[in-house]
Formats: sequence, structure tokens, C-alpha cells
Amino acid sequence: MGKRILIIIPCYNEEASLPALVKELRTIGAYGLSILAVNDCSTDRTAEVIRKLGINSLELPINLGIGGAMQSGFLYAQENNFDVAVQMDGDGQHPPAELHKLLEYHLNKGTNVVIGSRFITRSDFRSTWTRRIGIRYLYLFNKLLTGKHIYDSTSGFRLLDKQAIDIAASMYPDEYPEPESLILFSKYGLQVAEVAVNMRTRQGGVSSIKSFTSFYYIVKVTIAMFYSYIRYSKK
Amino acid sequence: MARIQIIAISISALFLLYISYLIIKGRLREEYAITWIACTIILIVFSFWRNGLEIMSHLFGVYEAPNLVFTGAIFAILIYLLHLSVVNSRLHSDNKKLAQEIALLKERINKILVDKE
Repeated sequence: MGKRILIIIPCYNEEASLPALVKELRTIGAYGLSILAVNDCSTDRTAEVIRKLGINSLELPINLGIGGAMQSGFLYAQENNFDVAVQMDGDGQHPPAELHKLLEYHLNKGTNVVIGSRFITRSDFRSTWTRRIGIRYLYLFNKLLTGKHIYDSTSGFRLLDKQAIDIAASMYPDEYPEPESLILFSKYGLQVAEVAVNMRTRQGGVSSIKSFTSFYYIVKVTIAMFYSYIRYSKK
Repeated sequence: MARIQIIAISISALFLLYISYLIIKGRLREEYAITWIACTIILIVFSFWRNGLEIMSHLFGVYEAPNLVFTGAIFAILIYLLHLSVVNSRLHSDNKKLAQEIALLKERINKILVDKE
């Protein structure tokens, strides 16, 4: 029997990019994907767009941020007994055409968490040098704490299996959850792997990490990763 | 090292440990912890660097060094209190929205249940 797979799309003001993403996802015939959009209290017409597309959705009555929205999605996956959950951002950065790379990796190797990474191999993805330094720093810090090599710890394109879904449903960071959750998964003894994917530049909307907040981002994530490391070591 | 320095440094260190404890227990969110950790680090810096206060006072053109401490500290506390009031107001309105949402959902579920009977 095949695994039940849920695609979780966290959306905040993604009315422009969401229809194309869902359309592309629907062309993937294999795997029997289910789609769930989590509308994090968007102020534009995202809710209306979701209704028109006829996909399942969670409409959050208050804005929870990306972490809270994703955790809502994981709770839904847990409640409805999905075997695998894949996060794909609503802005269209994560192309559905690359989805099979994550799924095949998981199905073949049984890895608990698979991250779609921009940096394992050279791809056409480009970003600013400050951002690259930040990501490099996170790679080194993550290696220091967990001993694992994760090159793109900020990537939101990731697959979680049942075990990882259970953990993420019960505890998941609220703000900037991507690097911190990797510490969490490692501490619970889950395997984390990366596969190289091509990402597109965003199709609409703005990044949740703006340049003027990037210093705050690094400080906050550093503190959060460090304390996650200590907190879950005691278990 | 003077006695007061040792006292100040050990109290700051204990404070830092307590903040860490609160974060680990999940009772303090990291966003707020950043402020507290920064304050503690400033305290520790000035505990080690005794002339620092005088030098800073000269820089700002304040005659009595303690006045700089009071002005600075009161200003920082006021700003932080304002920030907490803003956070509190947001929590209040979020809470109201959630309660209303739940009430509306309850009403809808009841209607469905009644229709079924």
C-alpha cells in the first residue's frame, strides 16, 4: 500500500502565486497527493483564492507566523493519519517538478526528514552575499551542535515522515522555525538528509526575512538553536 | 578586583543563569530573552570596566556619572514598558478574536446537530 502524502502550503498574502502552484501540483498524477493550504490570516484575497481552487484549508483566525501555521498543518496531518508531510511555500519558490526528488529519497532510504537544498550542488539559484554568509554561519553552528552537515538549514522545502510529524505537531518553534527545528529533530534521533533541488525566485509576495531584520534573525536563531540544544539534551 | 565588582559580576552571572533556566523550561520566549541577555551583558561589561561609566559620561557631556545611569535606565525601562503594553494589547485583541471564532463555530455545530435530528 502506498503512503498517504500531504502537501502543506503555508500562505500569507499569496493570492498572486497560489493558483499556479496548486495547478502545477495537480498535474502530478503519481503518489496521490493531498493538498492543504494553511492561511495565516492573510490580509489580501488569499482565502477567496483558496475557496475557488477547492483545496482543503485551515483558516487561522489570528496571525500565528510561519511556525504556528506549519504546526497547525502538522496537527492536521497527525489527526488525519498522513504518513508523510511536505512543506511547500505558497510563494512558488519550491517547484512541484522537484517534489519527486524529496519523495523518492524518502521512499528509498526511509530518512525521517528530507530537505530540498539549494547549495549541495551549484544550481542557478543566486542570493545576496550577506544572505550567503548567514547561511554559511548557520551551517557551521548547526554542525557544531549536532555534528551533522546541513548546508541549507533555512530551506522551507522539506519532507517529514510520521515520526517527525508527531514531534513537530507537539513542539515547533514559532518564529523562524527552519534552523531551530533541525536541532529538535536531531536531538530526537531522527535522520535528516538533503537533496539538491532547483528553486525559483519567488513568484509574488515578499521574503519573511528582510535585510533590516536579518541581524535580529541571526541573533534570535542563534539563541533559539543553542537553547534547543540544551533543552532537548536533558531528555 | 574590588569587592563590589565581585558582587556585581556574580549577581549578573546568576541572573544570566536564571534567564537560561526560564528559556529552557519554556517560560520565556527567546524574543524577550534577547533584551534580558543584552542588559545582563551590559551590566557585566561595566562591572569589569570600572572607568567605563566615567568615560561614557564624558562622551555624553554628563557631569555626574550616576545621573547618566539613572537617565539611561529610566528611559530604557519606559521604552520597554511601552513595548510590553503593545504586546499585551495585541494578545488581548487576539484572545477576543479567538473567543468569537469559537463561539461562532459552536453555534454552527449546534445548528448542524439540530438539523440532523
